[in-house]
Parts: sequence; C-alpha cells; structure tokens
Amino acid sequence: MTLLEIKNLKKYFPGSRGVVHAVDDVTMSINEGETMGVVGESGCGKSTLGRTVIHLQPATDGNVIFEGKDITNPTKQEMKELRQKMQIIFQDPYSSLNPRMTVGDTIREPLLLNGRCTKETVDDECERLMDLVGIALRLKDSYPHELDGGRRQRVGIARALALNPKFIVCDEPVSAMDVSIQAQILNLLMDLQESQNLAYMFITHNMAVVRHISKNISVMYLGQLVETSPTDELFETPLHPYTQALLSAIPTTDILHPKKRIVLKGEITSPIDPEPGCRFADRCMYATEACRQPQKLEELLPGHFVSCCRAKELNHL
Amino acid sequence: MTEKKMKRGFKESRFAVFWNRLKRNRNAMIGLYVFLLLVVLIIIVPIVSPYDYAKYDIMSISQKPSLKHPFGTDDLGRDLLTRCFYGGRYSLSISLAAVLFSTSVGTVIGAITGFFGGKIDAVIMRMLDVIQAIPSTLLTIIISAALGVGIDKTIIAISVGSIPGTVRLLRGSVMRTREEQYLEAAEAIGCSTTRRIWKYVVPNSWSPLIVSSTMGVARTILQLAALSYIGLGVQPPTPEWGAMLSGARGYLRDYPHMLIFPGLFIAISVLCLNMFGDGLRDALDPKLKD
Repeated sequence: MTLLEIKNLKKYFPGSRGVVHAVDDVTMSINEGETMGVVGESGCGKSTLGRTVIHLQPATDGNVIFEGKDITNPTKQEMKELRQKMQIIFQDPYSSLNPRMTVGDTIREPLLLNGRCTKETVDDECERLMDLVGIALRLKDSYPHELDGGRRQRVGIARALALNPKFIVCDEPVSAMDVSIQAQILNLLMDLQESQNLAYMFITHNMAVVRHISKNISVMYLGQLVETSPTDELFETPLHPYTQALLSAIPTTDILHPKKRIVLKGEITSPIDPEPGCRFADRCMYATEACRQPQKLEELLPGHFVSCCRAKELNHL
Repeated sequence: MTEKKMKRGFKESRFAVFWNRLKRNRNAMIGLYVFLLLVVLIIIVPIVSPYDYAKYDIMSISQKPSLKHPFGTDDLGRDLLTRCFYGGRYSLSISLAAVLFSTSVGTVIGAITGFFGGKIDAVIMRMLDVIQAIPSTLLTIIISAALGVGIDKTIIAISVGSIPGTVRLLRGSVMRTREEQYLEAAEAIGCSTTRRIWKYVVPNSWSPLIVSSTMGVARTILQLAALSYIGLGVQPPTPEWGAMLSGARGYLRDYPHMLIFPGLFIAISVLCLNMFGDGLRDALDPKLKD
C-alpha cells in the first residue's frame, strides 16, 4: 500500500546570484513498511528532498501526499499530527543532540511535548525506547558528549521512534560512523522496520549500504530524479547513463571479470538557474539536441522509471 | 547504592568538569576567593564596627590612619574603614543589579534578533547602533540627568549603555547555534519556537555572555564610581566608593588616605572580577581541553 507519494516536488532557494534549484520536479512513491533508497553525489539535493518531504522546509511547488491526504500546505493542527507520523534521523550524531540535555531528557522531550505520556508514565516509556534501540539504562543521565557515535545515533533513533511514526527520513544515518558501527545501526534500523512496520527514505551516497537496506532506489543528479527502480534491477540493468557511470564506480573484488569504468568528464553544472532539459547532458557521452528539452519520467520496465529520452534506444528496449 | 552514586556522578559531570578546570587556574581562584572575602567583610564590618557611617564627629576630623581609625577619618570625622565597607554594599549591589538588568534585557533581545534574523534583526540592530553611537559615559550622564537621582534610576542609567554590547555578543553565538542539527530535530518532534529558543538555543549560546557579564561587573563598578564622582550617582551621606573619592578630591595633597582607601577597594574588586572572568572564559572554552 502506498504510504507516501511525492509529485513533481520542487524546492528552490532564492540567492543573490540567482535561484538554486535544489530539488527540481521529483516524483516518487514509497510503500508502507518499505525502504526507498535515495542516492546521488554530494549536493544533488537528496537531503533537501528529505527535509522538504517531512516539512522542515516548505516546498516551492508540487505535492506531497501522505496516507492519501495532501500535506503540502498543512494547517497548524495537521502539522501537529504529521510531526508524530513522520520523523527524521540525522547524519551527524554529534550535532543532532542538544549537548545540554541528557539522554533521558532527549527521549522524554517528544513524549511530553506531544502529550503521549504524562509525567508519571514518561519514565517507563523512555526506558522502553532505550531498551528497543539498545542503549543501556544506566546511560539515561549521561550527556551526549559522554557517548560514542554509535550510542548517540541510537539516542537519535530513539527520539525519532518516540512518537511511533510510520515514516522516517534517514539522512545518511551511518556515514559518520566506522564500518562495524555502521553494520550495528543498519541492523537496528532493519529490525525496527520489521517490528514497527516503518517506511524509510534512506538517503545515502554509499551504494553498498543502500543495496543492503532498500527495496527500491531512486538516483538523483543535481536536483533531478534520473532513475527509480527496484534495487536488484537497478544494479543489474541500470538504464540511465548517469546511473551506469555511478554503478561502474563501485570498486569490485572480482579480478576475473573486471568492470569497465565509465569516467565522466567535465564539471557538475551549476544548480543556479539551470538550463532546461537534462542536467546531465553536458557530461553525457550520448547527449543529443533532444536532451536539451525537458525530460519526462517514463516507465520503461515494470516499476522501473527513467528520465532520459535516449534510454530506450541505448538499452535496446 | 553504587548505582545511585554513579547516576549522580553522571548528572554532575558537566559542571564537575568545568569546576575542575576552573580550579586549576590559580589566578581565577585567587580572584574568586578575594572577591568573596570582600563581600563577606562588606556584610560583616559595618555591623560590628563601633562607628556609624553617617555620624559626624567634630573631635576627630581628618585624622591620619591610627589604631583607633585604621583607615583614618574623613573631613567630617567619620571612620573611613566603616564607610569603605559600608559603601561597598552600594557599589557592588548597584553594579550587580545593573549587570543583571542589562544581561537579561540583552539576552531576550539578542536571542530574538539572532534566532529570527531578517527584518526584525535589521530594525533592532539599527536601533542599538544609535545607542552605541553615543559615547557610553555621555549616555549614562544624559539618562541619569534625565531620570534624576535614586538608586533604581542609577541602575537603569548605567545598564542601558551596555545593553547593545550584550545583544551583539549573544546574537552572534545564537546565529551559530541556530544552524545546529539538533534544532531541526527539535522542530521535527514538534517543539514550539519559544521552547526551541529558550531550551535549545540560549543555553548553548550564552557561555561568552557569562564571561562578559562577570567582567561587566568590574566595568560597571568603575562606571558607577565615575558617575558618583561627578555627583550624579549615589548621593551623600550614603558612602559609595566613587562618591567618597569625589568628596575627598579637595584633600588630595593634605590627606591622601581619604582617596587611597576607597580607590584601593575599587581597584581590588575590579582586579578580582577580571581575574575570575579570565579564568571563567578559559574554563568554558571547550577547545582549550586541558
């Protein structure tokens, strides 16, 4: 069942040198209890997309539909309800916790603010959450600076879970951690997904992580959605030239079948007042005049959408 | 039992870390202890002293320091030791009140301008620029002349001039804190704007303000002395250090002790507060980790 639909979402930031098109015409849908991976290089608008969807920033244009209701411009009351259903986990567990609040205070805050618990019951609920995400109860009165990165991220997860949400934006939740901790946090997130029936929008630039956790993947380039597809299919038959280049950059250990790396030339075009058409055209080896026209997201294979006018002929479909 | 002890240990750790760092700074501790001693003496001495601070004694006018009057007497025969300590009550409490006032007003304005930015910020800051464009001593004199004499009016006159500095200081650090991710997290869990400012932004922004306020007390003692010296601050017969200096200026050549002792009190308290403030700044700076 579709939980969240994003339709032609746009987020522009007016600046002194022009309008930055951070998110430009993104369309995707996320099912209940499933993970949508969002990948792309730094500055491609992944994080802005996540923040705009859960309304930490207002959208410039387009619609966000959550549980069948348009939530693009919510009223105060709707906003209050939405906050309890959509949460976010941040990349940097060092700056996402208030250094002046203990672990307990941080987890109790959302419970009390939204009236989910009274002063008497809040401690039990807080302990239950700490248990759920695997933080020792003795750390309840510790301050964030006394904890390591993995534990802090667990506190961040507990805070997000406190309101019993249905949808969580995970904004690069493991990229600030070393590999062993990454695995722990990923496993925790996947366990929680199963037990709480959570949907994730998992934003990352780590292809291995995203393959492990996601059911579907969306690839972004400079604010535009270039391709969205079920995970395995994306890795096996990427259709967009950018996705092909991106996947070819993943190092392989298979020395018998070395991959041919596609090396992109040129610089990323500026997201400030960009030309219409495919943003990737300047660096794409297949680019033609048709690529300078606005592109449409087309379903070339079942569930596999590509925004490239040449994808069909290039992939012999 | 041990569990409980450990819990308390964690709870206090943040303050304990800070206190340990401060304790290792010898200058700061000397400043703190001397100042506290001064405060205690200011409270006790006028009570136990056999002399009244305001009563004239024609038989002992302008005496040099002696056993009977360790600091000597002034031109009306009043015991200077009693007057110095009694005057400290006014000097210190007025200065403290003035700093408290300007800090709290400055905190509110600074937090609002820093957090919201944009037009609110521009309007308030330009208004404060106007205040800052007037030399602070002149401003204090103008306000105090306009309001008239009285301790409450003196407090206001002295504090107005230092509000813009406080606002600027807090505004700067609030603007830095505003960008932190935990504010976004707070918004995501449905924290109101007011709560975000007071619970998240201000506590994480005010350590430079604490330091500057500590030093601000020293600065204010001097300002108050200056104001009293020109006759606009505390009025006779109430002894205030600046007012005592002012009253004694005619006797500088013949009876220098009348100026030296109140002057010494001003110097000692200012020095102590500055030393303590310096140490406080080092202890609060997380980058200077041991």
